[in-house]
Amino acid sequence: MPIILDHVSHVYGDDTTLAVKALDDVSLVIPDGQFIGLIGHTGSGKSTLVQHLNGLLRATSGNIYFNGQDIDDEDFNKKELRSKVGLVFQYPEHQLFEVDVFSDVCFGPKNLGLSKKETELRAYDALKKVGLPDECFYQSPFDLSGGQKRRVAIAGVLAMKPEVLILDEPTAGLDPKGREEILGQICKLKEESNITVILVSHSMEDVAEYVDRILVMNHGSIMYDDVPKEVFKHYKELEEVGLAAPQVTYIMHNLKEAGLSVDENATTIKEAAEEVFRALTERTRLL
Amino acid sequence: MLRDITLGQYYQTESVIHRLDPRVKLAGTVIFIISLFCFHNIWGYLCAALFLFAVVKLSKVPFKFMIKGMRSIMFLLLITVVFNLFLTPGETVLTIWKLHITKEGIRIAVFMVIRLTMLIIGSSLMTLTTTPNNLTDGMEKAMSPLKLFRLPVHEIAMIMSIALRFIPILMEETDKIMKAQIARGADFESGNIFKKAKAMVPLLVPLFIAAFRRANDLAMAMEARCYRGGAGRTKMKPLIYKRRDVAAYLLLFAYLAGSIVVDRVPNMIAKAPVEEQVITTAGTLAETDLIDLNGLDNIQD
Repeated sequence: MPIILDHVSHVYGDDTTLAVKALDDVSLVIPDGQFIGLIGHTGSGKSTLVQHLNGLLRATSGNIYFNGQDIDDEDFNKKELRSKVGLVFQYPEHQLFEVDVFSDVCFGPKNLGLSKKETELRAYDALKKVGLPDECFYQSPFDLSGGQKRRVAIAGVLAMKPEVLILDEPTAGLDPKGREEILGQICKLKEESNITVILVSHSMEDVAEYVDRILVMNHGSIMYDDVPKEVFKHYKELEEVGLAAPQVTYIMHNLKEAGLSVDENATTIKEAAEEVFRALTERTRLL
Repeated sequence: MLRDITLGQYYQTESVIHRLDPRVKLAGTVIFIISLFCFHNIWGYLCAALFLFAVVKLSKVPFKFMIKGMRSIMFLLLITVVFNLFLTPGETVLTIWKLHITKEGIRIAVFMVIRLTMLIIGSSLMTLTTTPNNLTDGMEKAMSPLKLFRLPVHEIAMIMSIALRFIPILMEETDKIMKAQIARGADFESGNIFKKAKAMVPLLVPLFIAAFRRANDLAMAMEARCYRGGAGRTKMKPLIYKRRDVAAYLLLFAYLAGSIVVDRVPNMIAKAPVEEQVITTAGTLAETDLIDLNGLDNIQD
């Protein structure tokens, strides 16, 4: 189910003196099965953009097409759209409300009008996917740790079996271990079920390793839209808009300047390590 | 989604009303509201409407905002109208089934609508042009004589300012949680009243938790900055009356006097014997120039 954005703009509070243009003429195609990183500093319009994708916000101008249909059409079923485009908000653990974890995860599929059996099956499946231990299933969600709460909240959206999964800063406020675990699980999920995943973040480090396409946003418009390697070539421009390339990029550039013949386009730590190792062995051979 | 409720929200712009001392605006609002409930006929309300319109114009707040604030009390307004219309005893004009609409009922209902509308517009004008901080500062200072009666004035003002400050925050929070639950397929709009009430649970539980969390954080932050109540506390920007505040007070009293005169005079004329009418009219004309001459003529006819 590809999503197409056609010249979409959004203005907040356009009838006040504080009107803010949060999205400025954004055009995009999101094909099936892609893993996309949406990067931008605070206030660049990332969250506004993703809220358009499942119809929570209405574009001030421009059109959004889901599977060829305009989502702002009168006869378009928004509820169905929301079941297909799952959106996990920032700090999703703040939306938990049920008496126990399992019934909270059931909330989504239950709203889709599924049978009790199917609902519970999906909830169980989703909780397994996010790696929550079984003994937590019937605890109050408020007794869990921060990272566990977040996983429950993500499971709550996963249980709806979305075809497009959008995660708005899923690692905000987590410690490095929690961050790694969540990102790893998202990545595994992506591989297993081949859904489209959009990962919103302000940290290149978070996304560089996993995604096949990076969208960089600045002042409400798309600044770069390319594969990670190409985007990171612009690391100087990225810095100017308050972002940064992964640390690996800087190290590789510095090594190259220092005279080591490495390929500076390595983006992940693994790639970089191999590259440095290769360059070093080559050099010793020459010596 | 929930941004429609403007009651208790500040509208940022530069205007003479925004710059006034909050005490003037408080007094103005109170006087305006009291005056609304004292009027007997349409002339008084006309006067109030003119005054309100002038202040709204001066404040540079778009009129749309006032109307938006009205939407939230539409229901209350409707109930008031219905009850007054059908339950006021008097001369029957129209009978629907067993309910009688009376002449007095219509009169009271119409006045009630006018009163409540202007009351809401008047008071939202105050909150739209005064920052919550300023407002409570004004209240604290205006109420400070009550300290003699051991009233915890500072604490009351602080509670109010926190409450006001939290309105937009909680509003935003509600908006966010609502969206998150809609994204999970929640439906807040359809169904009967019980279904709707039940649909509020996924919204209210996280909202209450958020409110408590924020209250906790705020209490901690205040304590960390050594807050210990009002005793000996000084202000960074103490409230001092300026010339424009005095002028505003004068205008306010001119409005009060003018509107009372406009409101009472037609009644007095109606009651006065015919030969005295001319004298009364002339006398009041000399007192104030606010009287609508055409209006008076109509009454005399």
